[in-house]
Amino acid sequence: MSDIQIVDAPPGVEGAGFFATSIDKAIGLGRSFSLWPLPFATSCCGIEFMATMAPHYDLARFGAERLSFSPRQADLLMVMGTIAKKMGPVLRQVYLQMAEPRWVMAVGACASSGGIFDTYSVLQGIDEIIPVDVYVPGCPPRPEAIIDGFMHIQELVRTETLRRRNEPRYQQLLASYGIQ
Amino acid sequence: MGKLTNAEVLEKISDKFHDLVVLVGEPSGLLTLETNREQIINVLSWLKNEPVLQFVYLTDITAIHYPELEKPIGVIYHLHSLVNNVRLRLKVFLSDDDVHIPTATVLWNGANWMERETFDFFGVIFDGHPDLRRILNVDDLEAYPMRKEYPLEDPNRVDKKDYFFGR
Repeated sequence: MSDIQIVDAPPGVEGAGFFATSIDKAIGLGRSFSLWPLPFATSCCGIEFMATMAPHYDLARFGAERLSFSPRQADLLMVMGTIAKKMGPVLRQVYLQMAEPRWVMAVGACASSGGIFDTYSVLQGIDEIIPVDVYVPGCPPRPEAIIDGFMHIQELVRTETLRRRNEPRYQQLLASYGIQ
Repeated sequence: MGKLTNAEVLEKISDKFHDLVVLVGEPSGLLTLETNREQIINVLSWLKNEPVLQFVYLTDITAIHYPELEKPIGVIYHLHSLVNNVRLRLKVFLSDDDVHIPTATVLWNGANWMERETFDFFGVIFDGHPDLRRILNVDDLEAYPMRKEYPLEDPNRVDKKDYFFGR
């Protein structure tokens, strides 16, 4: 007997021989379990992420088996580590090269707020240059915390409407970062 | 122990330069001398080429800022005589409105990046340097961050504001 579990169907109308749901629920379900993360790892949080990826914690269980090292093929930018101001434009460039829809996760204190590096040479949180969806606290966070953050991203992906990226509010958010 | 003692090194230097090179002290056994910017390349060149001393290795160039002094910016050279196993520190102090000093790249190519770093952090201008621009900080940084008047903390930091702590 196989004990493989598959994800539940999204809410919808079910009857004899048919099942109807809205397309963004179906697409959201598909996207949330096939996210391709781009690890942007610059320091110790990146080491924790290596453990998260590896068999013991196994990020692949959440449909993120395939880490993309090209921003053009990535859905989720995971920024893990201190971002120096000189690195800022590089990170921004990586974000700009990702195709919509794209999500960003700031892992650890440094990526979220600058952490202990309250100094002239370090970016005080990556949200100064790109919009962030989920912040994972910790210095560094344990792999469980990174997985929890990843599952929050999955929740965002699952519940996002197909129109969100075209809404004026989203355009405004991007414009406030000087994107587009 | 090295083959040459600090006293022997000092004697040779003062025989040659008399009062142009002044002894500052020997903190932690490191012979520390001070000179002026007109003499510095002369002194470095002589130390490098002197057949006995042979201070052939330039360990570091850096600077220091003492805002309370009349000449607040000090440029510091660390030399190492590999043959004699002895080290030496040379300081040159510059006034705030005229932080120019001749480049040491004429003696050591390795001085290139050290001087760029010193320029980057302290704003010391090395005259004759082939490519004096910032090396570590972002290119558009407006200040010289290791100078005391420049705040260490980033002004954009919000989570350390007083009102978060009831102050």
